[in-house]
Amino acid sequence: MQADPRGVLTGIHFIDGDHACCEGALAAGARFAAGYPITPSTEVVERFAARIPTVGGIFIQMEDELAASITIQGAVWGGAKAFTVTSGPGFSLMMEHIGYAAMTETPCVFVNVQRGGPSTGLPTLPAQADMMQARWGSHGDYEIIALSPNSPQECFDLTVRAFNLSEEYRTPVMFMMDECVGHMTEKVVIPPAEQVEVYPRRHTRRAPGAYKPYEPEADLVPEMVHAGEGYRFHITGLTHDEWGYPNMNVATQDRLVRRLQQKIRAAEDRLTMVDEHGLEDAEVVVVSYGITSRVAERAIEMARQRGVKAGRCRLIGVWPFPDRHLKALAARVKAFVVPEINLGQIAREGERAAGGAARTIPVTHAGGGVHRPQDILEAIMEAAR
Amino acid sequence: MSALPEIVNPVEPLLRTERMPHIWCPGCGIGTTVNCFARALLESQRNLDRVAVVSGIGCSGRVAGYVKLDSFHTTHGRAIPFATGLKLANPSLEVVVYSGDGDLFAIGGNHFIHAARRNVDIKVICVNNLIYAMTGGQTGPATPSTAITATAPYGCYEPSFNLCALAEAAGASYVARWTTFHVRQLTKSMGEVLRKRGFCFIEVLSPCPTLYQRRNKMGDGLDTMKFYKEKSRVRNGAPTSEVALTKDGEIAVGKFVDRERPDYIESMRGRLSEQLGDRYVEMECPVCQ
Repeated sequence: MQADPRGVLTGIHFIDGDHACCEGALAAGARFAAGYPITPSTEVVERFAARIPTVGGIFIQMEDELAASITIQGAVWGGAKAFTVTSGPGFSLMMEHIGYAAMTETPCVFVNVQRGGPSTGLPTLPAQADMMQARWGSHGDYEIIALSPNSPQECFDLTVRAFNLSEEYRTPVMFMMDECVGHMTEKVVIPPAEQVEVYPRRHTRRAPGAYKPYEPEADLVPEMVHAGEGYRFHITGLTHDEWGYPNMNVATQDRLVRRLQQKIRAAEDRLTMVDEHGLEDAEVVVVSYGITSRVAERAIEMARQRGVKAGRCRLIGVWPFPDRHLKALAARVKAFVVPEINLGQIAREGERAAGGAARTIPVTHAGGGVHRPQDILEAIMEAAR
Repeated sequence: MSALPEIVNPVEPLLRTERMPHIWCPGCGIGTTVNCFARALLESQRNLDRVAVVSGIGCSGRVAGYVKLDSFHTTHGRAIPFATGLKLANPSLEVVVYSGDGDLFAIGGNHFIHAARRNVDIKVICVNNLIYAMTGGQTGPATPSTAITATAPYGCYEPSFNLCALAEAAGASYVARWTTFHVRQLTKSMGEVLRKRGFCFIEVLSPCPTLYQRRNKMGDGLDTMKFYKEKSRVRNGAPTSEVALTKDGEIAVGKFVDRERPDYIESMRGRLSEQLGDRYVEMECPVCQ
């Protein structure tokens, strides 16, 4: 369906990634946000707090990130589209509720503008070191979706997509920005509302009594209802049956946990979002994401100037990891070069996907800045040798 | 022999009878509070489709699973922030948080004081059994000094929270305490908070014969009823600073606070419409009718 025009600030803007993310959320139909101040992400909710009273919605600043990350889920079950925004230490506090959203299949978006860690780390400087935490941070087996923008424009476009995917798959979506993209100011084009596609809530048409809260549809995703509609339903983070009631036995656990995993894994091809260039003849593929992909672009150019056939595979969707896609790519190239502002989190995923068919060379950075193109270039040259 | 007439408990329509038997122990007081709550709801003549119960984790956290209402069993300590989001997204709902002393005042204590400060229009019912029961009877923030628990085998030496004083200081609009012996008074209090706007708090002292009374040689569920009866004194309007509980001392019960404060939505609406005038747009609630 088309976006509600009240939330769409159609026009050409010169704004940073944090502000663009906020506009993306508004365009996607988010009418509720809860947050707790933390650098370098706070601008997202600051803008939301200023904008939302004229759009029709609520921002509430909570007492901590534990609260923010569950308040949004209360709002979702009350009928709203909702999100929260944070950075490293706050993201750590939200982990339990990422698991709750995964388990209860509550559609919502967690924005993480990544900064240097661990612990308080580098509050004002960039990193991409929460990528594994986004995937595995909450306890137990589950799947999430994670997107990684590399420009303010994508902070708008992909925030809309993050909300849409969270609704379609009924899963929490991690929107993995970084300090650079968050604070980078560029042109952002916000299209007219009728050009913004919004995925509506998968609300059931069944009547109370004929509806089971966790009975999956063909795509393994169950339909939803909201409080106050007469369904008298129950939601729990305990292992539950199709009625939503606690049912703690091995068979129910197996059925539930496998479905939660499978509803996303089975859609891997649909969820593979990559931006590729120069792969026709490439021997070396630079696999990157977020701000690092922009540094990598320069390194690829430099390599081409030196006669090395280098190409780009930028991951827009990072989780679920595009295993099949990279496996196919590995079969026809010599090596993956994986620069990222961490000590090799996604490089190991690339290596796993390549399964030995191509070499994987990580280009690590502990955080606080971006790579020098030269560092990536050296890895490309080594890979080509 | 003629067939006996079918007897239906009037609260039965409010219970998920298909989920019985419940998990609570013989002599436990949680079921008694649920009975009072169900009666208060029936007497209130509220549209029950618009009443939501939110629970945290623990024995009392299981209440959400047994009431035939929209019900949310959330994470440990976070029932209040979940309820806050639910209420703000759909203000037409009556949102009741039903949880225990450990859940609401240790792991969830921060949320309790802030929700009271904001005066979010939610009703918090705290079943206070003085310990963490679900996990085996460990010390909690309400455990009285000298009481024996699984993690205080020589007796608790921490001071306990006076929950009612805390609620009042943080800004609650309504504060009352009863025990599971006071079923009529408790039902009446529950009815009052269902009619009241703002953050309301009811503490219900409730036995855990399995893990608290047994360890402290205080007998079974029935003995605890006698104990409540002997030790309780109705002190409506008492300053909450004077109603702290001790292991064997007087149990002050009654309604301590009943005051009017603008609730969160009212304050938000007031300020934003004053500042923004016609530009202020109320949140459209997709579910409200």
